[in-house]
Amino acid sequence: MINLLQSTIVPVLYLLSAVLFIFGLKGLTRVRSARRGNAMAALAMLIAIVTTLLELGLVDYRWIITGLVVGGLIGGVAALKVEMTGMPEMVALFNGFGGGASALVALSILWTNLIEKGETGTAATIIGADASIGAVLTILIGSVTITGSLIAFLKLSGRIGGQPTLIPARHVINVALILSCLVLGVYLTFLAAAPDTVALPVLVLTTISLALGVLLVIPIGGADMPVIISFLNSLSGLAAAMTGFVLSNNVLIISGALVGASGLILTQIMCVAMNRTLGNVLFSGFGQEGGTAGSDEYGPVKSYSPEEAAMVLESAESVVIVPGYGLAVAQAQHTVKEVADLLEKKGAKVSYAIHPVAGRMPGHMNVLLAEADVPYEQLIEMDTINPEFKITDAVLVVGANDVVNPAAERDPTSPIAGMPVLEVWDAQSVMVIKRSLSPGFAGIKNELFEYQNNMMVFGDAKKVLQEIVGELKDLLKAA
Amino acid sequence: MMGALLVGIYVFVLAIFVGVEIITKIPPTLHTPLMSGANAISGITLVGSIAAAKSGEVAAGSILALVAIIFATINVVGGFLVTDRMLAMFGKKKSRS
Repeated sequence: MINLLQSTIVPVLYLLSAVLFIFGLKGLTRVRSARRGNAMAALAMLIAIVTTLLELGLVDYRWIITGLVVGGLIGGVAALKVEMTGMPEMVALFNGFGGGASALVALSILWTNLIEKGETGTAATIIGADASIGAVLTILIGSVTITGSLIAFLKLSGRIGGQPTLIPARHVINVALILSCLVLGVYLTFLAAAPDTVALPVLVLTTISLALGVLLVIPIGGADMPVIISFLNSLSGLAAAMTGFVLSNNVLIISGALVGASGLILTQIMCVAMNRTLGNVLFSGFGQEGGTAGSDEYGPVKSYSPEEAAMVLESAESVVIVPGYGLAVAQAQHTVKEVADLLEKKGAKVSYAIHPVAGRMPGHMNVLLAEADVPYEQLIEMDTINPEFKITDAVLVVGANDVVNPAAERDPTSPIAGMPVLEVWDAQSVMVIKRSLSPGFAGIKNELFEYQNNMMVFGDAKKVLQEIVGELKDLLKAA
Repeated sequence: MMGALLVGIYVFVLAIFVGVEIITKIPPTLHTPLMSGANAISGITLVGSIAAAKSGEVAAGSILALVAIIFATINVVGGFLVTDRMLAMFGKKKSRS
C-alpha cells in the first residue's frame, strides 16, 4: 500500500497539480475565465501541498503547521487590506517572500545534510553534485530576489526616494560578485569538506547574493519599476524551479518555469513600451546619457479653468480620457468615472486610452479603473486608439506626461525618442490636468503643452475633476 | 543521478515553452492579476520547505525551513487572495448587466 502510494499515487497527483497550474494560467487569457483560472491555480497549489504531506508520511508536524498558520495569517491580512493603488509594492513584497523562501529551502537542505548530519565528505558525494549546484544557484537567485524586491518595495512605497542611486564602478562590482558566487559554489560542491569547512562558504555565498540584489535594484529609477518588478517576478520563478532540481521534484520545476516565462514576457513587453532593452534598464540609471538635450523652458502655454474645460467636454461628441500615474496618486479614478458617466448620459462616446506603462506596474491602470467600475470594454490599448485620435473631439489627460510627449516621435535627440506614445495631439482639443509644468519621470520638457490645441488645467487632479463634475451637472441641467 | 537531472532539464525547457505560448495570449488588461497570480504560483517552493521542515528538530536547518514555510505561505495565500480580489472587480459589471 505504501509502495503504491509512493510509486504511483504521489506522481499522478503531482502531475494533476502541474496540469491544473497550466489550465489556471490559461484561464487568465480572458477576463471572463480569469477568476476561475486563479481559483484553479490555487487548487493546484493545495493538491501539491497535500501530495507532499502524503509523500512525507508521518513526520513531526510542529514546524509545518506553525509555518502554515503564521504565513497564512500574515498573507491573508495583507491581501485583504491592501489598496489597489498599493498593488505594485504588495506584489514586489510577496515576490520577495517567494524568492526568499526558495533560498531558505536551499540553505536548510545544505545545512541539514552537510553540517548537522555530521557525515564526512564533499557536498558532491553527500547530496550529489547536481543537487549541490542547484542549491547554490537557488541561494544566489533567491537571495537576489528577496533583497531586490525589498528595495523595489521601498522605492515603490516611497519609503526611499525613487531616484536612481548610482554607485561608481557598479558593473565591475556586480560582475565580480556574480563570479565569486560561482567560484564559491564550485568550491562548496567539490572541495569543501563537510561538516567542518562548508559553513563559511555557504554563509559568504548568501551574504554576497543578498548584497547583489541591493546593488542591482538601487541604481534603477522609479520610472523603470514596472520593468524591474516583472524581472524580479521571473527570478522568483527561476528560484522555485532551481529548488525543484535540488529536490528532483517536477511540479516545482514546471511551475517555476511557468512563472519564469511569465515574468520574462512581461519584462519584454514593458521594455518595448518604454523603448529600452533590459540591459539598458539594468545597467544605466535613467536619463544618464544626453538627458539635458534641448531647453526646459516653456513658451506661452494656454491655461483653462475647470469651467472652461467642462464647456469643451460638454460640446464634444467623442472624448478620450488618458489616465496616468498622477491619477492613481490622487486617487481620482472614481471622479474620472463620474465625468465619463455624465458625458455618456448626454450622448458622447467615451473611452479610455491605456498606455502599457500607465500606472506603476504592467496593467495597473486597468485594475484601478476596474475598481472604479469602468467597464473593461472601454479601456482601449495604445495601438488601437492611436488612429482614433484624429476623429476625437476632446482628449482629457489626467496625471500623465511622458506617455503623451510628442518628442518621442518628433525629436530624434530626445532621451525618450522612439518610445511608443499616445498621439493625443491629433485630436481637436487636448486638456491636460496637471499640478504644474514640472517634468515627468523622464525629466524632460513636454512640447505638447505649448501646442495650439492644448490647454492646461492646473490643479490637483481630483479637485479639478470634482469641479468639472459640478460644472457638467449644471450645464446638463440647463440644456 | 544524471538521468533525473536530464529529465528535470527536459521538463524545465518544455514548461518554459508552454508558459511562453500561454502568457503571450494574455491581454494587457490582465497583466497585473497575471503578475500577482504567477507570483502566488512561485510560492510552490512551499512544497520544498515543507519537506525540509519535516524533522521538527530545534536545529538551524529546520528553523531555516520554518522561516521558508512562513515566507512561502505568505506568498501563496496573499498572492491568490489579492488576485481574486482584483479579478472580482473585473467581473463586477457582468453581474450587474
